[in-house]
Amino acid sequence: MTTTVLDIEKLSIGLPPGADRAQAVTDVDLALRAGAVTCLIGESGSGKSMVARAILGLLPKPHVRIAGGRLLFEGQDLAAIDERGMRAIRGARIAMIFQEPMTALNPLHTIGRQLDEILRIHTTTGRAARRDRILALLDSVHLPDPARLARAFPHQLSGGQRQRAMIAMALALKPRLLIADEPTTALDVTTQAQILHLIRDLQREHGTSVLFITHDFGVVADIADSVAVLQKGRLVEQGGVADVLGRPQHPYTRSLIAAVPKLAPPPVRPASTAPLVVEGRKIEKAYGARGLFGGRAIRALAQVDVELRRGETLGVVGESGSGKSTLARAVTRLMPVDGGEILLSGHNVADLSRAQMRPHRKRVQMVFQDPYASLDPRQRVIDIIAEGPIIHGTTPAVAQEEARVLLGLVGLDPSAARRFPHEFSGGQRQRIGIARALALRPDILVADEPVSALDVSVQAQILALLADIKARLQLSMLFVTHDLRVALQVCDRIAVMRQGAVVEVGPTAEIYASPKHPYTAALFAAVPGADWQERASRPIHERTHA
Amino acid sequence: MRLARYLGHRILLAIPVVLGIVVLNFFLIHLAPGDAASVLAGESGAASPEYLEQLRQKFGLDQPLGTQFLVYLTNMLHLNLGYSFRNDSPVTDLILDRLWPTGLLMLTAFGAALVAGTLLGLIAATRRNSWRDSVISLVSLVAYATPGFWLGLMMIVVFAIHLGWLPTSGFDTVGADTEGWDQVWDVARHLVMPAIALSLFYLAVYARVMRASVLEQVGMDYVTTARAKGQTEIRIMTGHVLRNALLPVVTMAGVQAGNLIGGSIVVETVFGWPGIGTLAFNALQSRDLNLLLGIFFVSACLVVLVNLAVDLLYTALDPRMEL
Repeated sequence: MTTTVLDIEKLSIGLPPGADRAQAVTDVDLALRAGAVTCLIGESGSGKSMVARAILGLLPKPHVRIAGGRLLFEGQDLAAIDERGMRAIRGARIAMIFQEPMTALNPLHTIGRQLDEILRIHTTTGRAARRDRILALLDSVHLPDPARLARAFPHQLSGGQRQRAMIAMALALKPRLLIADEPTTALDVTTQAQILHLIRDLQREHGTSVLFITHDFGVVADIADSVAVLQKGRLVEQGGVADVLGRPQHPYTRSLIAAVPKLAPPPVRPASTAPLVVEGRKIEKAYGARGLFGGRAIRALAQVDVELRRGETLGVVGESGSGKSTLARAVTRLMPVDGGEILLSGHNVADLSRAQMRPHRKRVQMVFQDPYASLDPRQRVIDIIAEGPIIHGTTPAVAQEEARVLLGLVGLDPSAARRFPHEFSGGQRQRIGIARALALRPDILVADEPVSALDVSVQAQILALLADIKARLQLSMLFVTHDLRVALQVCDRIAVMRQGAVVEVGPTAEIYASPKHPYTAALFAAVPGADWQERASRPIHERTHA
Repeated sequence: MRLARYLGHRILLAIPVVLGIVVLNFFLIHLAPGDAASVLAGESGAASPEYLEQLRQKFGLDQPLGTQFLVYLTNMLHLNLGYSFRNDSPVTDLILDRLWPTGLLMLTAFGAALVAGTLLGLIAATRRNSWRDSVISLVSLVAYATPGFWLGLMMIVVFAIHLGWLPTSGFDTVGADTEGWDQVWDVARHLVMPAIALSLFYLAVYARVMRASVLEQVGMDYVTTARAKGQTEIRIMTGHVLRNALLPVVTMAGVQAGNLIGGSIVVETVFGWPGIGTLAFNALQSRDLNLLLGIFFVSACLVVLVNLAVDLLYTALDPRMEL
């Protein structure tokens, strides 16, 4: 049972000159056991994906290459095999699945054809036998109606179905090793739970060894047998899942684990009686159905009611397509709505034109998800922050002075003012985004997935910053997130959205303790590693995998 | 069934487009001073006011513009594009006579540009930063910047006059009366230079678009997936990258189909190619308004048809586009 499938010995991967460090990873030692799931965990830029690519000989040539060490796969050093030899191994004996199943599949080929490709490359099976095999494979990953799905194109499948098809493809030839590079990161939480289950089941069934790359400790808790922690290209800790999660030795591992928000209810707070700052009544919004001949309309918001009181944080949670971002954009009136009322401190702004809306704009400001795309790359930080106040009549000198104060408030050095967005890290950019939102002294901050693109340690800092600023400036906040751990940590009340409707709303502690809608319960049940923080303190033999 | 519905829908949408073009052209052309009567009378050398008036009456040019337009539109609905007084022949006949040479020239140039351009772009991208890439980039830059008429004149000087390899102009050898394959060969020899002159600009554009498109596609995840399956590099190129990379080229080609007609006017005039281009040029010089309007109408229809063909091709290439 404890045979090693892949033995990584002192692996170093050289980066081209000008990179932030000389080597992507340095002296990595890692043994992948047969029939076990090994999680390689690390933050962005830690080099975890480079390890995966090095194993398959898929490092971006010619600049990134293996600088030293061996990759012993069933006794053969993968680093020393030529391209032809590697092609025989790829797909057949070592397979890989990727983070984003939409882009990992060729959009112009049917699912069946893409599965067929791997069979044609590595086997001499005839057409009819291959077709039977494809249908059996699609069935084995629990895809409904395999015959129809084999004829479908990737865009006709849901995200979860696409990832199932990828898994079917990867396991087609029963490889000895499966490399999964963040395979559930792009999926909704309920889909993620199903995919994790599937990988676990198939892995046990075939005795495959899995190298599972992730940044999410919840996922690690659910799927791993052993864990290796990568920090800036160096392996700082490895061991059994119970040891690493329960008794982390290295300070870096400890800080990472501490940064994961606990899936635990916040202390019960008395219901707020502060005045309403936002009151949405029966908001309607549909997409599509435009043009001369119309089309199918998607109802993004269906009779949505929403209330936000002064000083309160309302969480809007739900899966992708549930309408939560649409709600955020409706409340900020960044887009027109089709019906209903949106009262900002009593004024209905739902029907205001662009020009009429302008004076109300500064009262509601938004923090966006992607700190890279939401800042103008050609503007200096100081100009980004001062632009809003200048539009609303503040003199440039005063606006810039205030912008410098705001930089201090969000924890950035004053020297940041004259620099451009690309000179900052993701977390720093999100701080700039928050400063920009605060520059207009809004009463209401609408944050649309503000920490989703950030590493867990940075996420913790940004959440702390938001909490601090909110308390200091007496802000109200509409906090859109798909991450229930985050929602529990920051929100006073939570609204659960599904298919454009709010299915449940209430105080956070109540929603967590006794969800009334089955969908809310399903969401909480699907959170990966739901109880590992608590479970990790119990002895190993009491634990079972979900 | 869905295809039929889609086609019906698109043709319905094309009617207002073509009608709009006809209306616009009709009134734009009549904004210009002078008419066919004054040109004819001027050439005859007997431009007495009475004769002019007689001509105008004969051609219906004395009617108010609105009436003239209504008459024109009614004729058009009967597929009658009017009469070319200058050529003393119905416009429809004149255009139909010239459609084949122009079609041949445009299709040859378009096809050559598309095939050679994508091929060159593919080579440049797969051999990125090599000498091949540099040569292809340089050549396409030069081709992009060279005016078609100048290139045509230079080719005539070099290949027809100095080297004597190819005929200077025309569609076939006058008086040769060739038949069968000899005739094909004769026309092909006449076609070479105009087709090159017309296609080079587009070839350069497609090569550049294709190069960028291939480079973009090569970096996509599905290419990594194909590698992780153990697929060979050649098969990844032909089986995965090529078709994905072609999509922007097809879009580009559809947009440029209209330009190609404009380009053919210049090239046909340089090479004396008896197509719609020379016909339009002559009609313009002699203020043969009916003929001009007819040509505009036919080229508008051609552009609409080509765009429809490109859209159909695009849906065939990309399953994400639904009819």
